[in-house]
Amino acid sequence: MDVNTAASAADLERDEVRVYANLLYYGMVAGFVLLLASFAAYLFGWLPAFVAPQELPRLWGLPVAQYLQQSHSPSGWGWLAQAGHGDFSNLVGIVVLVGCSLPPLLALVPLFLKQRDRAYAIICALEVLVLLLAASGVLGAGH
Amino acid sequence: MPAFLDAPLRRLLPALVLLMMAMPALAAGETASSSLPWWFWPLALFVTCFLIGIVAVPAGIGGGTLFVPIVGGFFPFHLDFVRGAGLLVALASALAAGPMLLRSGLANLRLALPLALLASISSIAGAMLGLALPANAMQIALGVIVLAIVALMLVTKKAEHPEVAQPDPLAAALGIHGVFFDGASGQFARWQVHRTPLALFLFLLIGLIGGLFGIGAGWANVPVLNMVMGAPLKVAAGTSGLILSLSSASASWYYINSGATLPMIAVPSVIGMILGARIGAHLLHVLKSSHIRKMVIVLLAFAGLRAILKGTGLWM
Repeated sequence: MDVNTAASAADLERDEVRVYANLLYYGMVAGFVLLLASFAAYLFGWLPAFVAPQELPRLWGLPVAQYLQQSHSPSGWGWLAQAGHGDFSNLVGIVVLVGCSLPPLLALVPLFLKQRDRAYAIICALEVLVLLLAASGVLGAGH
Repeated sequence: MPAFLDAPLRRLLPALVLLMMAMPALAAGETASSSLPWWFWPLALFVTCFLIGIVAVPAGIGGGTLFVPIVGGFFPFHLDFVRGAGLLVALASALAAGPMLLRSGLANLRLALPLALLASISSIAGAMLGLALPANAMQIALGVIVLAIVALMLVTKKAEHPEVAQPDPLAAALGIHGVFFDGASGQFARWQVHRTPLALFLFLLIGLIGGLFGIGAGWANVPVLNMVMGAPLKVAAGTSGLILSLSSASASWYYINSGATLPMIAVPSVIGMILGARIGAHLLHVLKSSHIRKMVIVLLAFAGLRAILKGTGLWM
C-alpha cells in the first residue's frame, strides 16, 4: 500500500464520518419504518382519522391558514395530542426523519473537541441550535 | 436484450416515462377534481413521484426540483402543502443516499457543515417568507425560478476534477480537503477547495430559495461546489445531498409547525420518489442520460411557464 492509498484509507475511516453515517442511517431507517406503518394505519382505517380522507379534496386546495381553521386542525406541536389519529400519527415518522440529523450532529461535538477542532465543534453546535430553534415553533409558525 | 431492441428502447423509455408523468395532470385538466374520488390524487401523486424519481437520477437533478413545479402546477393542492411536501421529498432523497455516500468518501462532512449551517439559517427565512406571501405571487416567482433553473441547466459546465492550485485561507484553516476513490480511474484522488467565502454567501442565497419554494437545491449546490469551490464533480454531487439533508430539515420544521405538512400529500410523494430513485439508479446504464436530461429540461420549462400562467390567472 503506497502513501497515498494509506492516507486515503485513514481519511475514509475517520471516526467522525463513521459515527455520523451510522447514526444518520439508524435514524433514517427508523423514520421510514414509522412512516410506512403509520400511513398504512391511516390508509386502511386501523386508526381513526382526525380529518376524514373523503373531506380532503374540499380542503387541500385552501391556503394552510384556512385549512387549519376549517378542519379544526392544530398547528405547532399541538398535533402530538392528536397522534392517536391516523393522519397525525404520520407526523411521528415525519418528525423522526426531519430530526434524524440531530443525534449525529450532537455526537460530533465531543469528537471534534477531542481532536481539538473547536471550529467544527462550534459549527455542529450551532447547526443543532438552528434545527432546535426551527423545531421549537418559536419562530412564529402557527396560525 | 436483443441489439435491435436496444436503441429504440433507450429512446422510447424516457419519453414513455415522461408521458405517464403527465397523465394525472391531463386528467386534472379534463375532469373537475371534485368529481374524482379522494384516493385518485394520492395514487396519482405516488405514480407521478415514482416516475419523477426514475428520471431524476439519470437527469442529474434532485427529485424535489421537479416535484414542486409539476405537482404545484397540475394537481389540485394548494402551493403551501406542495412546498411542505417538496421539502420532505428532497430531505428523504438526501437521507436515503447520505450514509452510503459518506462511507464511500463521496460526501464530505468538513465541506458540508459550514455551508449547511448558513443554508439552514436562510432556508428558515425562506420558509417564513414563502408562507407569508400570497399564492399567486408565489406561483409567478416559482415559474421564474424554474425557468432560471432551466437556463442554468443549459449553460452550466461541469468539471470532473477542477484545478485548485491552492486552498483559500478559510478552507485551509477549516481543513476542507480530502481524498476519494474514483471508480472510473480505479485510483484515490486528492482534492482541495478555494473561494470558500464566496461559496458561503452563495449558500445563503441557495438556502433562501430552497426554503421559499420548497425545492431541493441540488441544481444549485452542485455547480457552486464544483465550479466555484473546485470540488471534484462526484464529491460535489455527494456533498450536495448532505447539505440538503440539513437545510431541508430546518425549513421542513417550519412547514410542519405551520400545519403545511399534509400526510396524504407528503407520504405518497416521499415513498414514490424513493422507490423511483432506486429504479432510476439501476436504469442508469440502460437509459441515455443526455436524452433524459433534454426531456427533463423541456418538462421543467413547460412546468415553469405553467406556474407563471397559473399565477397570473391566464391558465387556471
